[in-house]
Amino acid sequence: MNGHLAAGDWDDRYHHIDQILNNPGPRTDPSFMAGDEVKDFLRNKCKVLVIGAGGLGCEILANLALSGFKDIHVIDMDTIDISNLNRQFLFRPKDVGKPKALVAAEFIMNRVPGVKVTPYYGKIQDKDDAYYMQFTLVVCGLDSVEARRWINATLVNLVDPDLPESLKPLIDGGTEGFKGQARVILPTVSSCYECSLEMLNKPTAFPICTIANTPRLPEHCIEWASVLEWPRVHTDKKLDTDDPEHIGWLFSVASARAKEFNIEGVTWSLTQGVVKNIIPAIASTNAIIAASCCNEAFKIATSSAAFLNNYFMLIGTEGVYSYTFEHEKRKDCPVCGGESLDLKINKEWTVDRLIELLVEKQDIQIKKPSLSTPTKQIYFQAPPQLEEATRPNLEKKVSELVDEGGEVTVTASSLPFNLSLRISYI
Amino acid sequence: MIKIWSMKKNEDAAAKKKPKTSAAQIRVQKDLTELELPSTMKTFFPDPADLLNFKLTIEPDEGMYKGGSFTFSFAINSNYPHEPPKVKCIPKIYHPNVDLEGNYLFLEPNADDPLNKEAAEEMRKSREQFLYNVKTSMRGGSIKGVQYDKVAVA
Repeated sequence: MNGHLAAGDWDDRYHHIDQILNNPGPRTDPSFMAGDEVKDFLRNKCKVLVIGAGGLGCEILANLALSGFKDIHVIDMDTIDISNLNRQFLFRPKDVGKPKALVAAEFIMNRVPGVKVTPYYGKIQDKDDAYYMQFTLVVCGLDSVEARRWINATLVNLVDPDLPESLKPLIDGGTEGFKGQARVILPTVSSCYECSLEMLNKPTAFPICTIANTPRLPEHCIEWASVLEWPRVHTDKKLDTDDPEHIGWLFSVASARAKEFNIEGVTWSLTQGVVKNIIPAIASTNAIIAASCCNEAFKIATSSAAFLNNYFMLIGTEGVYSYTFEHEKRKDCPVCGGESLDLKINKEWTVDRLIELLVEKQDIQIKKPSLSTPTKQIYFQAPPQLEEATRPNLEKKVSELVDEGGEVTVTASSLPFNLSLRISYI
Repeated sequence: MIKIWSMKKNEDAAAKKKPKTSAAQIRVQKDLTELELPSTMKTFFPDPADLLNFKLTIEPDEGMYKGGSFTFSFAINSNYPHEPPKVKCIPKIYHPNVDLEGNYLFLEPNADDPLNKEAAEEMRKSREQFLYNVKTSMRGGSIKGVQYDKVAVA
């Protein structure tokens, strides 16, 4: 350990990495503990979570293991498909059908001695706060907006100001064809994933009039088959994009329409790609983004150099263009923005009385607030039906609706952000 | 070891611990309670506890569909607002830009982007006949073999 050889290590194993870790440079941060201390932290204390063991995940796992991280956990809910094998290099034909997390973990452990990779085959949502609390940092190679929003919100909520270790840096990589991005999110400190949600392109949707009347692309024919024809013909059956029979039906219907309009290029795989919203994955884009993510993970874990602040984007569609900028926190971000208040109120107070207090409070200046708990509405100002449905709650005691320490979300048109109250009773 | 652990915290950091209310939920609450609908539109929640599924009824007070009552279903998912709500016109109506399954384009009839080609053709050919067909369909009549839902308010 430390400067000495650990089990499974050989002389000069980390020669190249140690060039960076042995000595401080003129611009390294004063907190950088060059030498044994930082190496001990990186190799024996630091625990990293990798979310996703797909295109980005395979690259990330290999990079982390080879840069000296030794305690790595990986979560993935998918199994290996034959189409993954061209770029997800931890998998072989014999692995098709097996869980990605398990196979990836085993491969890394066999290939890089001394590294422990703990897999979990399942959803990130299966795990609780205590699970996420054990990690030093989290690196994400995900392909869904929904999963990113979930892990982002979870890590923001995990931050306890009295517990510095509860702040888990989130390094998020993403690729789409030749484009990609890598970003560093310090939950509650810097701009979070939700802050930048508006930047995302909405999921591709073709205008329904084009689909219905003037198809020009094979995609238009496929959309016609899936959006208009499927529900018309199969009134009760929901389209299952994983069912080859369903895809086959769409393919034949789309092909017939393409023929009618003299459009070429409707294929089985394009049909599947369009309905499942698949964007071709490019191995080299994944490699660049994963490298950037792991570089950041290394710098954050060791303090050996300044880390990314905070958004790196790569556009490889025409030449290679990249740009780095600081994405700013959004004041009205529903995850990391807004205001939060601890409120101590009398056990006997009604909801009406609480609203009165909020309206009177000089420092927040709320007009017409709507209130809810994470699971139910307390009082809504509008629409009329909901106002009526929640009006009886005005007379009820807050303590009947909200537990001690419970959260109440307050929104109001006069508030450009949302306010969350933590209620305790006297 | 990690520098960010000793980073200066926001002055109000102590109050920053957030509830488990999801971002989508907060957005829906904010958007719904601040929605200012004209008097011709009304929302209806079949289950008032479920904010994600509701209906919107429009009763136009002008134009050729005046006198009708048109209900649209809205389904919001947990990825709101990244994914828009799914909206459908519930009654089967005679309208050039609404197909018979309730997919729609515009509410102002426009013959150039038809979803109901018969209706668009009629509108282009004879405005009078089209208007007559609209009225017939709104009473629940049929046009060219298609029976439409009655949307006229008595």
